[in-house]
Amino acid sequence: MSETLTAPTLTAKDFANDNEVRWCPGCGDYSILAQVQKIMPTIGVPKEDVVVISGIGCSSRFPYYMNTFGMHSIHGRATAIASGLKAARPELSVWIVTGDGDSLSIGGNHTIHLLRRNFDVNVLLFNNQIYGLTKGQYSPTSEEHKLTKTSPYGSIDHPFNPLALAMGADATFVARSMDRDPKHLQQTLTRANQHKGTSFVEIYQNCSIFNDGAFEIFTEKGSKLEETLFLESGQPLIFGTNKNKGIKLDGFTPVVVELGNGVSADDLWIHDDKDFYKAQILVRMFDDPRKANHLPRPFGVFYETERPCYEEVMALQIEEVIASKGKGNLDKLLRGNEVWDIA
Amino acid sequence: MSAQEEILQEVTIKFAGDSGDGMQLTGTQFTNNTALMGIDLATFPDFPAEIRAPIGTLAGVSGYQLHFSSKKVYTPGDIADVLVVMNAAALKVNIKSLKPGGKIVANIDGFDSKNLRLAHYPDGINPLEDGSLDNYEVIKIDVTKLTREALKDFKELGVKERDRAKNMFVLGFIYWMYNRTLDTTIDFLKDKFGKKEIILQSNIKVLQAGYNYGDTTETFTSRYTIEKAKLPSGSYRNIMGNAALAMGLVAAGEKSGLTLFLGSYPITPATDILQDLSKYKSFGVKTFQAEDEIAAISSAIGASYGGLLGITTTSGPGMALKAEAMGLAVMLEIPLVIVNVQRGGPSTGLPTKTEQSDLMQAYYGRNGECPMPVIASSTPSDCFDVAYEASRIAVQHMTPVILLSDGYIANGAEPWKYPVSADLQPIDVKYKTKLDEGEETFLPYKRDEKLVRPWAIPGTAGFEHRIGGLEKQDLTGAVSYDTDNHQHMIKTRQAKVDKIADYIPLQKIDSGAEKGKVLVLGWGSTYGAIKSAVLELQAQGLSVSHAHLRYIRPFPKNLGEMIKNFDKILIPEINNGQLVKIIRDQYLVDAKAFNKMMGIPITKGELIDVIKGML
Repeated sequence: MSETLTAPTLTAKDFANDNEVRWCPGCGDYSILAQVQKIMPTIGVPKEDVVVISGIGCSSRFPYYMNTFGMHSIHGRATAIASGLKAARPELSVWIVTGDGDSLSIGGNHTIHLLRRNFDVNVLLFNNQIYGLTKGQYSPTSEEHKLTKTSPYGSIDHPFNPLALAMGADATFVARSMDRDPKHLQQTLTRANQHKGTSFVEIYQNCSIFNDGAFEIFTEKGSKLEETLFLESGQPLIFGTNKNKGIKLDGFTPVVVELGNGVSADDLWIHDDKDFYKAQILVRMFDDPRKANHLPRPFGVFYETERPCYEEVMALQIEEVIASKGKGNLDKLLRGNEVWDIA
Repeated sequence: MSAQEEILQEVTIKFAGDSGDGMQLTGTQFTNNTALMGIDLATFPDFPAEIRAPIGTLAGVSGYQLHFSSKKVYTPGDIADVLVVMNAAALKVNIKSLKPGGKIVANIDGFDSKNLRLAHYPDGINPLEDGSLDNYEVIKIDVTKLTREALKDFKELGVKERDRAKNMFVLGFIYWMYNRTLDTTIDFLKDKFGKKEIILQSNIKVLQAGYNYGDTTETFTSRYTIEKAKLPSGSYRNIMGNAALAMGLVAAGEKSGLTLFLGSYPITPATDILQDLSKYKSFGVKTFQAEDEIAAISSAIGASYGGLLGITTTSGPGMALKAEAMGLAVMLEIPLVIVNVQRGGPSTGLPTKTEQSDLMQAYYGRNGECPMPVIASSTPSDCFDVAYEASRIAVQHMTPVILLSDGYIANGAEPWKYPVSADLQPIDVKYKTKLDEGEETFLPYKRDEKLVRPWAIPGTAGFEHRIGGLEKQDLTGAVSYDTDNHQHMIKTRQAKVDKIADYIPLQKIDSGAEKGKVLVLGWGSTYGAIKSAVLELQAQGLSVSHAHLRYIRPFPKNLGEMIKNFDKILIPEINNGQLVKIIRDQYLVDAKAFNKMMGIPITKGELIDVIKGML
């Protein structure tokens, strides 16, 4: 008899567990969890090799709902813990789940250092522009003048542009997606996972209780087509209800043009996610949608490049030292260079 | 002519000069030479926090004290017999630590009007000339002039480069004075400057010139020999505390079969450990210089979670930053070694000076009920054993462990009868990879007889589980807000740490009787001072004993009983009274404190006075 042993095919359900999911009704986290669970069986990694590490905040409950290894750590430090884990165990598939407060405020330092070191991990930044777990204070991505419990007269903080920050920290994969577009989110997460190096994915996530509708201009039918720009490498930057608008570069400045009347797709900016300089401009398309004549907000993969991953270089360096000096000998180490004997 | 030869039993010498004069190098060279002669020794480097304070100033004085003897040495010496000073500031700062009648070897060039002014001597006053040093034997040498003279044929070298070899002249002279050969330093110079022939030759030339100066000048009447110390037989090497600590960690990695992971951020006086472990890549050691103290410990937690032996090293201010992550490690119940090489505090405090003032921080300095084992090293070589033991406790008891060292032993040196790896007790570690008989599901917080939970690392199929900083349900490790469970888990985490007492040795009396009038109870780097003070008093027939704690949390099980056998307990500490509070709290005894917070070690003499006052 012959029986072929094949790994059992897993489904999204295999990545869910019995824990009752306890986010507020209508929270965008539900969708993100569903999309992650959906792509997990497709990434070709055994379940036991997946580790989800989170910090503190609503999003950071995420590991409890994944039937993988996971750690719900401390505020802001998921990136640092994941760095140590990945350095220690390069073969693991490490996913960092964090929020705008967790990764850009209390953990901002670790985020930028993770990006420059380029550990091969995936960062899912759930950006809801509010502190939800503590019930509604402004966050480092909240818009100026925002009224919250700690800014009753309007926030005077200038917000971070997370993707510009990532580019500034030399991230090797920079993308944006949203909870309300499951397909786009799945595609983005899949590409993030395929990328070798730190994948930084900002996900617009609606907090239905403390910041409801923060992104509705980008996510809801009535305005989505006019306000968003979906990036695809090799394709011109076209948007609009009737796909009738495009982005052209005027020097270094992106401008909106109407297609037709002598303006064709060939005149538009063609997206190239390998173009470092243009990616810098693209992440700066970050206008406040409340302002007149604002640019549409781009979604998709802004930038991707290759750079050696920290954990690989670390392992390589150890291999090289062992190859040139031989494996460490404890007795030799203890003895040192100069000894004397006492009879 | 030949100088008179004299045999001495012990000498304390202090080298002092400007930070740029190379006194630390001179001191360590003389130390290595002394060690290789089989003479026992202890050292105390004492340097300013600034890398280069303004040249010639009092703030810029760097010192290196070495006590060497044909008898067993426990401290770097209370007071120096010989003081080598490269400039006026060095004399001014250190004259109080020279015994009356002691020798001063002075570089005359460092006492010109500019240097005298920088050292704040009044106008027109030169201590080498005004008779103020009449109670000492002053040997004046124009080191600068003689060095330049020795290098007159080295035309390639500028004046600055020639003057840089001044310390070699002094070292050569001291080698002559103590009847040594120059081999060890010549070997060192070859190793250091092998590729820069001119620098190598010029340094050797000046070293020899210093030696010959002693040999040919009739001014000096005596040369001294110190015979080999009668130490237990075996092979010895010279070792500094931080180096020993790093090796202890490597040894623990090797003997446990776990890869070592160090997450660390440079901080005085702990940086050497990161530097040393960064060199030990051939042992597979992974070192991660993190962006800050918090990332340092967090990365080590990540590595331990992944099944490695996670380590983080720091000093007091870094400990403060790591506190929250330590709490996480307590909650996760994973192995982790946190090394605190203590320095003067609070805040930035005295980075290059020593103190034992982080004991309370180690004991209590976290939010919530957060017990962690605390162990302390007492001498430079003891840092090896304690690092090994801290690692053993961490992996066998699945707990973060705090190891307290301090700046004094970190930078101090002593001869070390180094161990053979085969003699090191193996450290058994097991990951959870399969269910035990009768087990139906994996329970991440199910405990064994030591109250220790299993270590199931990512990559183990069927053992996927989630852990975190939220309170755990007993057994399952699921998040729990249950009131009874919280109380139960707090008690359990405490009991788990307390239970370590069953797996450590009982406390021993270091010297003296098991019962008596005074027990001097110490911990950490006060070992040498207490030991030598107590031995001296015992020799006078006084009823004094010494016990020294390695295990501070939990205490050895017999400590309470031991304490009750003495009329009085004295606890000397380089802090404002920390162990003494814990001892009073745990054993309800009227322990007395002796506290010194001057950034320098407690001396034997001070302790003798205090102990005598209690008898």
